[in-house]
Amino acid sequence: MNFDLTSDQKMLQDQVRKFARTELAPVAPEIDKSGEFPWENLKKMAKLGLLGIIIPEEYGGSGFDFISLAIAVEEISRVCATTGVIVAVNNSLCAYPILQFGTEEQKKKYLPPLCSGEKIGAMGITEPNAGSDVAGMESTARLEGDYYILNGTKRFITNGGEAGIYVVFAYTNKEMKHKGISAFIVERDTPGFTLGKHEDLMGIRATANCELIFEDCKIPKENLLGEEGQGFKICMNTLDVSRIDIGAQAVGIAQGALDEAIKYSKERKAFGQPICNFEMIQSMLAEMATQIHAARLMVYYAGYCKDKGMKRFSKEAAMAKYYASSITVDVARKALQIHGGYGYTKDYTIERLYRDAKILELYEGTSEIQKLVIARELTR
Amino acid sequence: MEIVVCIKRVPQTAEAEVKVDPSGRDIVKDRLTFDINEADSYALEQAILLKEKYGGSVTAISLGPAEAEDTLRIALAKGADNALRIKEEDFTPLDGYKTALILYNIIKDLKYNVILTGCIATDDGYSQVGPIIAELLGIPHATLVTELEIKDEKAEVVRELEGGLLERLEINLPALFAVQTGINEPRYASLLAIRRAAKKEIKTLGGADIQGEVKSLSVLEKLYVPPVERRAEILSGSMDEISEKLVQIIKEKGLL
Ligand SMILES: Cc1cc2nc3c(=O)[nH]c(=O)nc-3n(C[C@H](O)[C@H](O)[C@H](O)COP(=O)(O)OP(=O)(O)OC[C@H]3O[C@@H](n4cnc5c(N)ncnc54)[C@H](O)[C@@H]3O)c2cc1C
Repeated sequence: MNFDLTSDQKMLQDQVRKFARTELAPVAPEIDKSGEFPWENLKKMAKLGLLGIIIPEEYGGSGFDFISLAIAVEEISRVCATTGVIVAVNNSLCAYPILQFGTEEQKKKYLPPLCSGEKIGAMGITEPNAGSDVAGMESTARLEGDYYILNGTKRFITNGGEAGIYVVFAYTNKEMKHKGISAFIVERDTPGFTLGKHEDLMGIRATANCELIFEDCKIPKENLLGEEGQGFKICMNTLDVSRIDIGAQAVGIAQGALDEAIKYSKERKAFGQPICNFEMIQSMLAEMATQIHAARLMVYYAGYCKDKGMKRFSKEAAMAKYYASSITVDVARKALQIHGGYGYTKDYTIERLYRDAKILELYEGTSEIQKLVIARELTR
Repeated sequence: MEIVVCIKRVPQTAEAEVKVDPSGRDIVKDRLTFDINEADSYALEQAILLKEKYGGSVTAISLGPAEAEDTLRIALAKGADNALRIKEEDFTPLDGYKTALILYNIIKDLKYNVILTGCIATDDGYSQVGPIIAELLGIPHATLVTELEIKDEKAEVVRELEGGLLERLEINLPALFAVQTGINEPRYASLLAIRRAAKKEIKTLGGADIQGEVKSLSVLEKLYVPPVERRAEILSGSMDEISEKLVQIIKEKGLL
């Protein structure tokens, strides 16, 4: 049993924290307002190796483990949840499945540009008529000569509007049910691929969330990821992993909210004293700090399971994601409460964090779906 | 070009509440976070910039506790080639002179063309260490350096003076420069460099490695928070009335 970060994890935390505070924090309110995808942030992060944290050096990545990815995503999300999820998606929803299930050619072709920031990654599972029920998807891909012909629409895709490389799921065999789903690597300029509606989101507003439309989209045969019919497995395996860093995003937002709450409660005076002197405020602060601490440990533990090479950690990852998302919403609520009326104005950061926090209970599997995963594992 | 840079790990007190500990000679540190002294991080960056431009190597030295190795390791990750910790625990208590004397004892046996330090440490604020090292080594120095270029064995240096004035100097090498914050933009270490630095060795030296006696010249007697004196008086009235009252007060106090 050892709770210490390794020497390189400590250094990573130190440098990412400083980078996030100095470079990302000042633009966070701007991109929240404009909704403009933060390319400048990404260029800077690429230079530091943050776009390929968990990708081995030979493919242009930084070669760190998943606990390190969690640490980095937490520090980034603590000041900018938008940038946090962009990094998380690039690493674990796009680069990771290519690393894990791709051929050597696919890894050599697609991982270096994802790590260098030349191209940003995205993943398309969700459709207008299929969210939680992944196997309910309607997209299809049929093999014709050297190409798969992809048809269908993906909705709510983070990075969707700005990405260059997409991992997309579709049925290659509808009869086989979820065992008939396959995964594909799709490049942005593939004929038959266009962008649909850009979402005007409540929080994480600069994530280029966009619909992907495939109309007889011709994908070269060699862009099949894994084997035909492996798509569902790839999807679930990838979500297990990405729940680690999405949990970390939740912890980051919650920590950011606590930072704001502590600062404000020491400055704001009521009844002749700083409001942090009031026991009811202290109670909230204590609860928040405890919730965050627990969530962080759960996230690290899920990362530890992955780093140790444990075959099955769906339960641990789902628990971490479920708990961290529910506490981030609660922590943001308490932090806003501590701000009183000022928290309800755009003049204070907590208003943004409150909006950002809510997404955690929705994407990468809603909280209900996490509980479903946990309960299934319990009753297997 | 051989470059030595001295860096110090200091408590981050800008946003924290600083309290004096029961000894009365130190502050309570257990709740504080520590980091590289601000000016030293610019000195380190300047060292790496010089190396990148003129070749050679950078040796980062810290006189500090074991935790100072974290600071040195970041220096390695940013581009320093060697790192050396002098065990502070072997030498406390320290004043500016003794610190400089210890550093001098180590640096004198190293190869150097340029020695860099920060111009002030944010914890004790002595601003002595750089200049004293230079004096002990018998080399020139400049403090509050805001620009530093090397041209044929000479340094072209801009220093900050009071009242917004700048001073341009030419200084023969080897020399020591105590740099001011803002001289450059300190970089962040890349993740790859961090992974490499995690495996590098940090040399440690202690009391036995320093020849001769190292003694402090000053003794810290007491640290205290200045008492709040409630003597403020707000003058009211028209500008003329206020001026008159003010002159009267100054006269009464015998200041005129
Ligand atoms: C900002 C944002 C970013 C996103 N990014 C991506 C992305 O990058 N890639 C991607 O593929 N998708 C993405 N999504 C989609 C997201 O993963 C889905 O919205 C999510 O999975 C829920 O699907 P849904 O919206 O269709 O809701 P539904 O599945 O329709 O669910 C509606 C409600 O019913 C509940 N529910 C559904 N089934 C059950 C059940 N069996 N038991 C109990 N309750 C149930 C849900 O929990 C929810 O409360 C994103 C969504 C948003 C909003």
